[in-house]
Amino acid sequence: MANVATFEPGSAQLLMGNEAIARGALEAGIGFAAAYPGTPSSEIIGTLAEVAKEAGIYVEWSVNEKVALEAATAASFAGVRAIVAMKQNGLNVALDFLMGITLTGTNAGLVLVTCDDPGALSSTEEEDSRPVAKWGSFPLLEPATFQEEKDMTRWAFELSEELKTIVIVRSVTRTSHARGDVRIGERLSPNREAKFVETQGLQYTTYFVGPKHELAYQKISKAAEIFETSPFNSYVGPEKPGLLIVASGTGWFYSREAVQTLDVEDTVGILKLGTTWPLPEKLVREHLARSDKVLVVEEIDPFLEGNLKELVGEDPAAVGAVKFYGKRSGHIPHVGENNPDLVTKAISGILGIEYVPVQPDYANKARSLTAGVVHSRVPGFCAGCPHRATFWAVKNALRMDGRGGFVAGDIGCYTMAIGPTGFWQIKMASAMGSSAGMACGFGNLSQFGFKQPVLAVCGDSTFFHAIIPALVSGVYNKANFTLLVVDNSATAMTGFQPHPGTGSTATGDVTPTIDIEAVCRSIGAKVEVTDPFDLKDTTDKLLDLMEDEGGVKVLIAKRECALVIGKKQKAAYTMRVDAERCIGEDCGCARICTRVFQCPGLIWDVENGIAGIDEVICTGCGVCADVCPAGAIIREAAQ
Amino acid sequence: MKQKDPLNIIITGVGGQGNFLLSQLIGNVLVRSGYHATIGETYGASQRGGAVVSNLRVSKEAQYGPLIAQGQADVVLGLEPMETLRVLAQYGNPQVVVVTNSRPIYPAAVSTGWGSYPTPEQIASLVKELSRKAWLVDATDIALEMGAPILANIIMMGALVGTGMLPLGPESFERELAESLKRDRLDINIKAFRRGLALVGDAA
Repeated sequence: MANVATFEPGSAQLLMGNEAIARGALEAGIGFAAAYPGTPSSEIIGTLAEVAKEAGIYVEWSVNEKVALEAATAASFAGVRAIVAMKQNGLNVALDFLMGITLTGTNAGLVLVTCDDPGALSSTEEEDSRPVAKWGSFPLLEPATFQEEKDMTRWAFELSEELKTIVIVRSVTRTSHARGDVRIGERLSPNREAKFVETQGLQYTTYFVGPKHELAYQKISKAAEIFETSPFNSYVGPEKPGLLIVASGTGWFYSREAVQTLDVEDTVGILKLGTTWPLPEKLVREHLARSDKVLVVEEIDPFLEGNLKELVGEDPAAVGAVKFYGKRSGHIPHVGENNPDLVTKAISGILGIEYVPVQPDYANKARSLTAGVVHSRVPGFCAGCPHRATFWAVKNALRMDGRGGFVAGDIGCYTMAIGPTGFWQIKMASAMGSSAGMACGFGNLSQFGFKQPVLAVCGDSTFFHAIIPALVSGVYNKANFTLLVVDNSATAMTGFQPHPGTGSTATGDVTPTIDIEAVCRSIGAKVEVTDPFDLKDTTDKLLDLMEDEGGVKVLIAKRECALVIGKKQKAAYTMRVDAERCIGEDCGCARICTRVFQCPGLIWDVENGIAGIDEVICTGCGVCADVCPAGAIIREAAQ
Repeated sequence: MKQKDPLNIIITGVGGQGNFLLSQLIGNVLVRSGYHATIGETYGASQRGGAVVSNLRVSKEAQYGPLIAQGQADVVLGLEPMETLRVLAQYGNPQVVVVTNSRPIYPAAVSTGWGSYPTPEQIASLVKELSRKAWLVDATDIALEMGAPILANIIMMGALVGTGMLPLGPESFERELAESLKRDRLDINIKAFRRGLALVGDAA
């Protein structure tokens, strides 16, 4: 990652959107940053953690998003500017506390960055975070460019201090996880005299709900006034456009490119809105009045579209007749993410211009030549991943147990066990911690004839984030289930961030390790520990725990992530296939190695009809040697 | 030749190949030389063995969005041959220039036997058929010979620069390597870069 603390002001740097946000926070003189990692937001706090010591700021990975927001709000109360970042799912976790800020207000600048994931490219859902701004009466900023990711973040702190409320900056995957050149600004220093000062009227509580709710509305009116002259809102196009595009976030890049592609700059204007809640009403009405066709380009829900229509509805005469195009009209799809092609198609459709994106001859040729030759690549567990071994044992244990047992899943790399490389073992997965929460329900259905063993699977980071309360509830209510903690000593899916079980903080300091086994025992669960690479031991322990119907049992399958190990040490084994022993399709195993176990390091030698090892990909974990029924995969200690 | 603006480059490969570090390295060189550069990336879940694509857009005039429109690639740099073909089907056009690594990473569909991987001859003919100019380079094989498979990306970068499609010459890239790499890694990387540069002579 780039060292965002040491960039020369005035220089141009190629920054990931999340790095630009981090730099914007440093330029604003933040002293405090907190988050729980979640793609596509993780690099914001990750970047700040890397430079925390030299920048003289405090940065932490909190146990979950609610604690992150609470901790950052405390810093604000004590006069220190603070940033908190999360993905859209994480915002749900923080919501309970966030809604209180509507009434308590803030002191020093407090900014919440939420990174949405249109198209759910690395999420379990594609929820739109923006309505929370309207819901809680918080100002909302939507950066469109990499420069704005930085500059808006910086400005958000000033706005927060002026209004004494939290400001929400909404980014999306395509701006957070993309890179662009950014012009660097000067840095302010953090306030080094933190102090909590008591105020009159129970300011930092939610008491006196009525007057404080009223004050929240006044703050939002003030924000609307400020937004009228914000440089983050701009218009490019003719005086009276035949079609007005109102764009926020990525919508601006895509719209500008589409207008260029279609060569319609003379008739189509683009109103770029960076301040999307509250709307700068006067500015918006002025522009709506100049055109009778409006296309709204935004990511995920028709949030902006709905708010524009609300504004028109309040005073239709001020704007005149306007026909709206967007997600409700079907010109921009309701689901998935936007792209330049979709926007170009929408504009050409409204204007009735013929648009051929790719030369048809080439497109047809390309399609027919590559059909059947190019195969899809389904994301799966990496070569040498301990989760593949764990789910192999789970699959075998459930089959041997024979009572129709099943797995309730959770959120992490291991969620991929809903697919082929985890042998389709996970049957449900939605929110952090839900595996154990759902197991609490399944595990108390015996009086209704429920007899299936229930396995809940969670990772180590998820365990701390949201499993513990469910585990306590399960023990307390005598639910019957087995929790399988797949402990790979990292928050692997989001980039190997440390967590309370790793003995290291966000800034690399040594800290006491919170031992998952000890936590589970202290709650009163029966606990076993296994190495997932020992397939037999893992299978046997799972069978024993499922047999035991005395409440909550825990199996900790402990083995470090293959990607982390790969960076630290050489492979344990050199693997090879004994060409004499591998009898290929005649074996009767149905090619268990390549067809079922599916480690990317195992390949099929078509010419000779036997298995093979791809030496570039194999990590030398040795597990496949125990999977081959013919003993043809040979494991030798590496030199 | 007048430089196309924006220049649309797609760098494609499989999760774990180091696609992003490579696109970032190239992007850094361009931004330090005064160009606007945008790199749209697909990752997250796709990091785990999925297809990984970087959309690199280069302009003297303005910053462009993170996604290249269908059929609008000017250059495709493929770190894996099947991914090169996948990108050509979506972003190719008769003018596109291609440099692709020849070493396959087999998708599960091939390892399981449900589909087959195209032969080297098939790949060469398809890539040529779908491009104006194409080079197939044995970057991984050369990298293995040099001692580390990850050098393949630097060899590929050399080959890309060798095509002359970028607005900058080899010196700018060697300077970036010198500034961004530890001294003990520099020599081997410069060697790899020059091997790549030399591979792209006659268009295949």
